[in-house]
Amino acid sequence: MNLSVLISELTSGMLVSVAIFTLTLLFSLPLGLLVAFGRMSKNWLIRWFFKIYISILRGTPLILQLMVVYFGPYFIFGIQMPRNYRFIAVIIGFVLNYAAYFAEIYRSGIESMPIGQYEAAKVLGYSKSQTFFKIILPQVIKRILPPVTNEAITLIKDTSLAFVISVQEMFTIARAFASAQASMIPFVVAGVFYYVFNFVVAYTMEWIEKKLNYYR
Amino acid sequence: MKLFEIKNLKKSFNDVEVIRDISLSVEQGQVVAIIGPSGSGKSTLLRCATMLERIDSGEIIYLGEHAVKTDEDGKAVYASPNSLKKIQSYFGLVFQNFNLFPHYSVIKNIIDAPITVKKMDREEAYEIGRSLLRKMGLEDKENAYPYQLSGGQQQRVSIARALALNPKILFFDEPTSALDPELTGEILKVIRDLAKEHMTMVIVTHEMNFARDVADHIIFMDGGVIAEEGAPEEIMLNPKNERTKLFLGKFRE
Repeated sequence: MNLSVLISELTSGMLVSVAIFTLTLLFSLPLGLLVAFGRMSKNWLIRWFFKIYISILRGTPLILQLMVVYFGPYFIFGIQMPRNYRFIAVIIGFVLNYAAYFAEIYRSGIESMPIGQYEAAKVLGYSKSQTFFKIILPQVIKRILPPVTNEAITLIKDTSLAFVISVQEMFTIARAFASAQASMIPFVVAGVFYYVFNFVVAYTMEWIEKKLNYYR
Repeated sequence: MKLFEIKNLKKSFNDVEVIRDISLSVEQGQVVAIIGPSGSGKSTLLRCATMLERIDSGEIIYLGEHAVKTDEDGKAVYASPNSLKKIQSYFGLVFQNFNLFPHYSVIKNIIDAPITVKKMDREEAYEIGRSLLRKMGLEDKENAYPYQLSGGQQQRVSIARALALNPKILFFDEPTSALDPELTGEILKVIRDLAKEHMTMVIVTHEMNFARDVADHIIFMDGGVIAEEGAPEEIMLNPKNERTKLFLGKFRE
């Protein structure tokens, strides 16, 4: 078997995995904050809507959610989606799912903030949004970094679930090679790729955590 | 001139009346100490005055402007958000546990509100911030973070933070209760210095000697009412109320 062909194919798959990872974080981190706001809303209708949203997205398999997002438009509404919808469906599925997890992480961080921080800001005359964005959120980010790292690492491994709708990410390619050549080597190489990817992400997150250690 | 006034203030938490009908007023330049046993409602009174708690009924007036009025049904009606915002700028509050912003350096803790809230020029804010730090004896701590400071230093920063907004009246909620005994002295000295500059202050405190020394007027609270009030000598040396006698007696032992 030609190892260099395998590696170059897996590298192109890796780029797709990295793209899924990056785009998911890029959209699900801010969306998660909005979902957290909804989940903590004073309006019971909004609160319950997001409670149910989180419950469903955490309570069903991601692989199933990907199928629903990909096949839903055609099976339910009969809409023919364009060819590139495959990749878009993966991103939508991942973003919706991870936003639910991030929302709960944000909520735990926000609720762990001492009430004194809000009171001090109020007495000093900060508006509600100034209080949140200048005083509360920066401290929340520091607090939630460890669980966010956890999710990011899970996300890297979850990108392989995109195989279910045949997106050409690394795992899909490794599987094709393995079955075509009846060999374990593609899986081993893919495993090394995933590990290196994870290592880089974990290292980066640790670096950010250290950067934020200038205060306690 | 009356800087601050409370009329017939009432406040309950879940049917427990914590403050039952309190009225008081503070003159320009006056230093008022509020003393009394735990659970007498002192801190709640301060939290109501600074609008951290919503009152049930009564009036709160700063510089003749009503922050809270009472309607015919006896229910509290707060002023419009804009009026409250203005009234908010008349007072400052120093907390028992400082509540500094841990992610801001000492100087940023002091100047951020003037810049963000009052839209003060940065240069001017820094100038004011640095002069307040000098006044607090913390000029070398400008770039430190709160966790690097002792409790007494943190409390001095929080006093500087309140003063940076140039309030007309400053409230203190047990400013030395979270401090080791050897550190309370430095905070009491700062408050004494402010009193010499005729800063109007209302101080909830357990430091009886300090209250006697620094205050012009002492209010003794018990069970949600003002049991007795008057000049320090009067209250401390010759209390008339039985509860006051009992309470002060414990401190003399």
